[in-house]
Amino acid sequence: MAETSTPTLIHSPTIDAVGLAERVARFKARSIKTASKVSALRLALSMIDLTTLEGKDTPGKVRQLCRKAVCPDPADSSLPHVAAVCVYPSLVRVAKDALKGTKVRVASVATSFPSGQAVLGARLEEIRYAVAEGADEIDMVISRGKFLCGDFAAVYDEIAACKEACGEAHLKVILETGELHTYDNVRRASDLAMEAGADFIKTSTGKVSPAATPEVTLVMLQAIQDFHVRTGRMVGMKPAGGIRDAKTAVTFLVMVRETLGPAWLTPEWFRFGASTLTNDILMQLAKQRTGHYQSPHDFTND
Amino acid sequence: MSTRISVLKTYKLYIGGQFPRTESGRATALSGRKGQHIANLCRASRKDLRNAVVAARKAQPNWASKSAYLRGQILYRAAEMLEGRAGQFADELRLQGDSASSARKEVDAAVDLLVHYAGWTDKYTQVFGSINPVASPHFNFSVPEPTGVIGVLPPQAPGLLGLVAAVAPLVAGGNTCVALASPTHPLSAVTFAEVLNDSDLPGGVVNILTGLREEILPPMATYKDIDGIAAYGTTAAEQALIGENAALNVKRVAFHPADALAGDPYRIMEFQEIKTTWHPVAVG
Repeated sequence: MAETSTPTLIHSPTIDAVGLAERVARFKARSIKTASKVSALRLALSMIDLTTLEGKDTPGKVRQLCRKAVCPDPADSSLPHVAAVCVYPSLVRVAKDALKGTKVRVASVATSFPSGQAVLGARLEEIRYAVAEGADEIDMVISRGKFLCGDFAAVYDEIAACKEACGEAHLKVILETGELHTYDNVRRASDLAMEAGADFIKTSTGKVSPAATPEVTLVMLQAIQDFHVRTGRMVGMKPAGGIRDAKTAVTFLVMVRETLGPAWLTPEWFRFGASTLTNDILMQLAKQRTGHYQSPHDFTND
Repeated sequence: MSTRISVLKTYKLYIGGQFPRTESGRATALSGRKGQHIANLCRASRKDLRNAVVAARKAQPNWASKSAYLRGQILYRAAEMLEGRAGQFADELRLQGDSASSARKEVDAAVDLLVHYAGWTDKYTQVFGSINPVASPHFNFSVPEPTGVIGVLPPQAPGLLGLVAAVAPLVAGGNTCVALASPTHPLSAVTFAEVLNDSDLPGGVVNILTGLREEILPPMATYKDIDGIAAYGTTAAEQALIGENAALNVKRVAFHPADALAGDPYRIMEFQEIKTTWHPVAVG
């Protein structure tokens, strides 16, 4: 084994939590109105990974979600489709079939989501299965236990192995920031994942609270920026979990724009992992279109 | 020698069980009969209305599922609290221009009205529900159920009694509501919110805004998540605006004269839907 596979993390700075909170507070205070708001909401809609990750998921539910992904609001056909549908590996085939002929991608969580507590061989096998079923993107979880023990090399190796197992599929690496405890750890895990070959880094599984807070998202965006400056490689970002309203989503877009620049403001480089966010965006867009505040009852419940 | 600085009250909105300032940061000054400055009031914006409706919608299923007895207990407790603070309310009404005797009478009437509707909570379903004879082997019965989230425009005056008369029957029937306090008598509305908040009424069941009718009424009338509007003492133009926009999502609408404030179980029924159930029965 070449010694280069051991990450040094010498590039990871420590994070100033107070400065971070202050910076985020300023992002939250931005006022985005009318035409800018509409275009931001449409962009946010096109960046959503429409997600269902429940034990009770059925093929019927996934097909329903896929239809929503292609046509989010039947009352407004001018809206963009979402970026992807995100499901468990056993439902990838169903989603793939339902989305045939569309540009909506299929993402699958794998590697013993959400805990990651299975042997590496089984976790890699799950990736290969999901890719063989047709997944375009794989959302893996890192071993937070190993990371917190300081066994960075093991985490690095597992990410690299997952990347290899993905083949052509894009790899998103879920750090589960709610279990990493400190911003310093979030920064180190981000650097580790990018060094190991992640195409995207993602905040959370959505099963642990807190999930995608603006603060951890900003830490990760800064990590992506530094990595890009150092290596020239662009890495995508996906906050997931806890982003429930359109206003918060717009705050995230402002953060991306001002940290990474406009190049990242496309579904190719930025995603929202969300389910309830979609309806709130649709309601806000309908409000802008009709001038009337909307009722959640008028939008599909999924 | 020390001079005590008196503590002036800040009148705020009541949304979701909390007392926030308006998100718009706007305020209007309220003047007394002799033109003296009484207080600054929040001038609610349509976004405050939106926040209030979201809170009311969230609170509605839980409030409707509380037992009728408990809803009655909570309304009765509100009456108790109002009685206990009668002096404060009378003072506020006088500040807003009422005479001492009419202020006291109004507070008493508001307390009585709360007790009246507290009593009706576990009786109106008995009185207005029915068992219906049908020509098939079914047990057929009808029960009233709350409409949902109701927008309320209480009369300009009386400030306290008008608000209580408009809100109490809705809440007694399991609805939640968003009320725009009378612009001429807003003080007692805000203080009444404190009474409600001290009465174990869950947050969001009653939300009270202060502001201008001409600003709040149009978004309230078009709001698709408001299921009904109860309006007192409205002009023909206001009624036309409400009527026209209520068609958007088929809101229930009730107009009343500003002085039609007596306790009346039919007020509860205005914002109830009748649900009829056909229950198959075994025929021996």
